[in-house]
Amino acid sequence: MFHFSVVTNWIDELLRTYLPDGWALFIEFVLIGIAILTVYAVLALILIYVERKVCAFFQCRLGPTRVGPFGVFQSVADMIKILLKELIKINKVDPRLFRLAAYLVIIASICTFGAIPFDKGLHVVDFNVGVFYLLAISSLGVVGILLAGWSSNNKYTMIGAMRSGAQLISYELSCGLALMTIVMLSGTMQLSTIVEQQTTAWNIFRGGIPAIIAFVIYLIAGHAETNRGPFDLPEAESELTAGYHTEYSGIQFGFFYLAEYLNMFIIAAIATTLFLGGWMPLHIPGWDGFNGVMDYIPPVLWFFAKTFACVFLALWVRWTMPRLRIDQLLKLEWKVLMPISLINIILMALWIIYIDL
Amino acid sequence: MNHIKSIILGIWHLMQGMYITMLNFIRPKVTEQYPENRGKVFPHERMRGQLIMPHNEANEHKCTACGICQMNCPNGTIEVLSKKEVDEATGKEKKVLDRYLYDIGSCIFCSICTTSCPQDAIEWTTNFEHAVFTRRKLQEQLNREGSKLMKKEK
Repeated sequence: MFHFSVVTNWIDELLRTYLPDGWALFIEFVLIGIAILTVYAVLALILIYVERKVCAFFQCRLGPTRVGPFGVFQSVADMIKILLKELIKINKVDPRLFRLAAYLVIIASICTFGAIPFDKGLHVVDFNVGVFYLLAISSLGVVGILLAGWSSNNKYTMIGAMRSGAQLISYELSCGLALMTIVMLSGTMQLSTIVEQQTTAWNIFRGGIPAIIAFVIYLIAGHAETNRGPFDLPEAESELTAGYHTEYSGIQFGFFYLAEYLNMFIIAAIATTLFLGGWMPLHIPGWDGFNGVMDYIPPVLWFFAKTFACVFLALWVRWTMPRLRIDQLLKLEWKVLMPISLINIILMALWIIYIDL
Repeated sequence: MNHIKSIILGIWHLMQGMYITMLNFIRPKVTEQYPENRGKVFPHERMRGQLIMPHNEANEHKCTACGICQMNCPNGTIEVLSKKEVDEATGKEKKVLDRYLYDIGSCIFCSICTTSCPQDAIEWTTNFEHAVFTRRKLQEQLNREGSKLMKKEK
C-alpha cells in the first residue's frame, strides 16, 4: 500500500539536511498552511458543484451544463464573481464584530479540517484527545454565527442566529454521545490510532448494533450541526430571507458559504474516520484474494470515496425532507435522539463486555 | 410504548420518502439542450410559432385579399394591401392581393386570423426563432414577389 507518509517524510528529511531545525519546521508550517487552504478551497468548489448537480438530478433537472464540459467550471466562475463583488457598508452595524464573525466561522471550519486524517502521514493535528479537539473546535463556529446575527442590526439575522445557537447546542449533545460510543469501543481518542485499529474490521462492523445506531444518530445530529437540509431553520428563506448572513456580501458571504459546504464535508469525514474505517480499505476476514485487490487502491481514494458517499447521503436527505418547525426540531433532539444515544452507550458497554473481546 | 412505535413509524416513513426521491434521481431527464439540438424537429404541430402564407410550385397562393383577417386582428398586426387588376377571362376589374404585411412584433399569436380565413390561405408553422436586431426586421411581407392567386379547381 502506498501511504502519503513516504512523501511527507521525504520532504521533512530533505529540509532538515539543508536547513537548521527551526527553519525547516517553519517552512513545513508554511507549506502545511498553504496545502490546507488550497485543499479547503478546491474541496469547497467541488462540493458546490456536486451539490448543484445532485440537487438538480433529484428535481429532474440537469443542473449546470454551460461552463465547461457538464458545467464543471460553474463553481469556479461563481467564485470569481463572489470575489469581485463589493463589500457593502451597512448602516448601524457593529463593524468590528460584523467583520470578525465571518472569520470566526471559517477559522473554526479550517481548524477542524486540519484534524481529519486523510491518510497515514497526511494528518496535520494528531492529538491524543483528537475527538475532544474536533468537538471543541467545531462548536466554535456557533460563536461566529451568533456574532453575525447580533452585529448585523437586523431582526431576521438575530432570529436566525438564535435558532442556530439553540440548534447547535442541543445537537452537540447527541453528536458527542454518538462519538463517545466509538471512543468506548476503541479505547482511545487519538484519531490516527482509531483508524489503525480498524485494519481488520471497520468500527461499524466491529461494534455491531450499537455502532450502527450511533452512526445513524451521528449522521442526523451532524447534519443538524451544519445548518442544512431539513434542519436549515437558521436560514429558512421563506421566513428569514437568508438568516444570519442576510447582511453579508462579497467575500464575507463567501466565507459563510465555504464554511457551510466544508462543514458538511467535515461531518462526513468524521463519520468516515470513526465509523467507516477512515482510509482503511475494505477487508473481509478470510477472503485473502479480495483483501489483496482492495489493498491496491490508494488509501486517499478510499477516504474520499467513503466521505463522498456520506456527503451524498446528506444531500439525499436534504432534498427529500421538508423543513422542521423549531419545536419539532428541539423535540427530536431532546425526546428522541438524546434518550436513544444514552441507552446506546449502555448497549455499547454490554457489547464490549460480552461480545467484542 | 407509543413513543417507540411512533419513532419506528417515523423512520419507516422517512425511508419511503427517500425511496421516492431516489427514483427521481435515477429517472432519465427530459430537459432539451436547446442550441445543441437545433436540428431536432419538435412534434408539436399545433404550436403557433410563425404566420406564413403557403405557396405552391407555380408561386401561387390562396389569398383573395378579402381583408377578413385584417378586420379580425385585435392588434392591427395584419395589413392587406390590394390592387385592382383586369381579369383576362371576363375582362372585368377584380381586387387582387398586392402586399400582405404582417408585423410579428405586435402579434399576440391568438390565431383568430387563421381560423377566420375563408380560403385557408394563411397558417402557422412551428418556427420559434424570432430574435432579430432591429424592429424593422420584424415586419414581414408574407406573399412572395410576383405571386398570383391560385386557380380554383372546378
